Amino acid sequence: DIFKPTKFGGKYTVTLIPGDGIGAEVSETVKEVFKADNVPVEWEQVDVSGMESGSKPSDDLFREAVASLKRNKLGLKGILHTPVERSGHQSFNVALRQELDIYASIVLIKNIPGYETRHKNVDFCIIRENTEGEYSGLEHQSVPGVVESLKIITRAKSERIAKFAFAFALANNRKKVTCIHKANIMKLADGLFRNTVKKVGEDYPTLESNDMIVDNASMQCVSRPQQFDVMVMPNLYGGILSNIGAGLVGGPGIVPGCNMGREVAVFEPGCRHVGLDIKDKGQANPSALLLSASMMLRHVGLDDHANRISKAVYDVIADPKSRTRDMGGNATTQQFTRAVLDKMEASG
Amino acid sequence: KFLGTKGNDGKYTVTLIEGDGIGPEIAQSVKDIFTAAKVPIKWESVDVTPQLKDGRTVIPQEAIDSVTRNYVALKGPLATPIGKGHVSLNLTLRRTFNLFANVRPCKSIAGYQTPYDNVDTVLIRENTEGEYSGIEHIVVDGVVQSIKLITRAASERVLRFAFQYALEVGKPKVRVVHKATIMKMSDGLFLRTARDVAKEFPQIEFDAELLDNTCLKMVTDPAPYADLVLVMPNLYGDILSDLCAGLIGGLGLTPSGNIGDECSIFEAVHGSAPDIAGKGLANPTALLLSSIMMLQHMGLHQHAEQIQTAIFKVLAEGKTITGDLGGKAKTHEYAGAVIKALN
Ligand SMILES: Nc1ncnc2c1ncn2[C@@H]1O[C@H](COP(=O)(O)OP(=O)(O)OP(=O)(O)O)[C@@H](O)[C@H]1O
Ligand SMILES: Nc1ncnc2c1ncn2[C@@H]1O[C@H](COP(=O)(O)OP(=O)(O)OP(=O)(O)O)[C@@H](O)[C@H]1O
Ligand SMILES: [Mg+2]
Ligand SMILES: [Mg+2]
Repeated sequence: DIFKPTKFGGKYTVTLIPGDGIGAEVSETVKEVFKADNVPVEWEQVDVSGMESGSKPSDDLFREAVASLKRNKLGLKGILHTPVERSGHQSFNVALRQELDIYASIVLIKNIPGYETRHKNVDFCIIRENTEGEYSGLEHQSVPGVVESLKIITRAKSERIAKFAFAFALANNRKKVTCIHKANIMKLADGLFRNTVKKVGEDYPTLESNDMIVDNASMQCVSRPQQFDVMVMPNLYGGILSNIGAGLVGGPGIVPGCNMGREVAVFEPGCRHVGLDIKDKGQANPSALLLSASMMLRHVGLDDHANRISKAVYDVIADPKSRTRDMGGNATTQQFTRAVLDKMEASG
Repeated sequence: KFLGTKGNDGKYTVTLIEGDGIGPEIAQSVKDIFTAAKVPIKWESVDVTPQLKDGRTVIPQEAIDSVTRNYVALKGPLATPIGKGHVSLNLTLRRTFNLFANVRPCKSIAGYQTPYDNVDTVLIRENTEGEYSGIEHIVVDGVVQSIKLITRAASERVLRFAFQYALEVGKPKVRVVHKATIMKMSDGLFLRTARDVAKEFPQIEFDAELLDNTCLKMVTDPAPYADLVLVMPNLYGDILSDLCAGLIGGLGLTPSGNIGDECSIFEAVHGSAPDIAGKGLANPTALLLSSIMMLQHMGLHQHAEQIQTAIFKVLAEGKTITGDLGGKAKTHEYAGAVIKALN
């Protein structure tokens, strides 16, 4: 059972991939906070980058990151930049997920108490297939000016993600699983996904199960987001809905996430933004990575540490004075970090 | 560019597809209001009930001839017939008339409260290819490939239209929404074509945004999107246009236009609402706003302006609005109030 934490005793070695953009700054925060709380975690840091430059060739570092994750089975990761230019490499983020087969992405969209947003009582969870769909990387130019991109949907992977979603819903006391698709247009591909999820749902009679077309789901998300509980979907729609969801509750700076496979679990901010525009400016909100890190601690059974850290983060956000710029405050990343450390100290 | 000309009576003829369910009722409101506003338009009603011909869905020839002759049509909701062999009628119409661009403006409506009160977006969606190519196959049992098709020709056409549209409605900027970090070749082609087309329009600013960021930022605060026209491939347009509609309160208030090389069809995007059909409960606003887009397309700007002002006034007053907006007015009472507000 992948939800049961595996307890090894002693210290955990965790692969840390800070990533590009704001990755270094927010990773620093996590390291400080873990240290202050005496979390039994040893970091194995790999500074792989998707940017063009760097001393070590990036492909070597990428291999090193993969090897480290295979060894440690546990990782905390920022986001790697992906150049748009065609000559550039494939997204390292995607390659990593495919290589490690961390097929299930979990993104938690939840209002933070004390932080006012347009919609109240938002609390849903996006389960996204991470390894196929529109992210297959299969594309070709038939004749100049005519390009085909292949979207691949398989029954095996649809079934796997569906089982994950229903099991996740059960384990987390959720009531409903909504399958998001576009089966009215992509009748075969999304049709296969939808039918497979439906079939798997029959094995979970205590859970409500329904489905919704992705455009309608996007509309419902901004008008009545409270109706959603657990949502399961192919890759691309996951990217869309997790960003819509982040917009509802306070932005990419606070939304945590995780990618799980049978062997390896890699925790990373849910909306997957690099934040190149605010790199090294002290404006980054470390909450998303901190909350991802506490998800990781919960995953390995270090609940006390996890609760202490996430509570401190929520308490700091509840106070407008200590918020970072993305949440309307003017605290720097360091000041925010300091506030979190103070809260943890105060609570003993 | 609208190719139609006035007849001997000084009026344009416009094809009217009333549609199913609430279609006839909301079409009646449009007709009444247009008559009262003395819009120089004569309606030509046609039936588009699809027929199966040699196993393919086709539209009656008279309907095709009418739209081809008039270059413009207003269309109510069509219930897609369920059953084998039927492609959605909307898709059939798009294919028949090669309606390559779908234009979806969304503007907050004073008097109808949503969590967002400052929405003023325009989205243009490529309407003919992309993920809607319809090319799919089963490789082996349990493995499906679906092809997203992007061509330079179709991209160029919709992009050029987006820039022209921005010029026309006075928006200073065009932004292309893409996912070229992942779909490097297909979205990459769309993006590169956009950069090329942008050079033909030096008076319009141009930039690009990753789909994820658009979703994030639009939901966080739609205000910065007010001075730009968004243009994107088919599926993203489908999803984001509904998202925008959600921001202003749903499909009951959003118009849309399908633009082709020759013909254009303006339509309400909501469904036929069979549950309330024939009861005088339907809200005709979406179809009305679509008809206003149509008037603008035909160059009848003054009439468009006059009717639009009247609609917004009635909605803002909130006294004579339909049930879906929380009012008690019947369809014809709402239309009556708009007519009264015309002067
Ligand atoms: N942890 C964070 N704290 C504060 N702001 C953030 C955080 N993460 C992302 N953002 C902001 O969210 C927005 C989207 O991020 P993103 O990295 O996608 O920006 P970008 O410059 O478009 O980069 P890219 O296109 O390479 O992804 C940016 O304005 C970024 O500053
Ligand atoms: N113009 C309108 N005025 C008032 N209510 C509307 C309007 N359009 C839709 N509705 C309401 O919204 C709900 C969904 O509308 P929609 O037309 O999509 O129904 P539908 O049953 O899906 O029709 P279709 O099969 O044609 O798609 C309906 O229950 C209807 O009451
Ligand atoms: Mg749609
Ligand atoms: Mg409908």
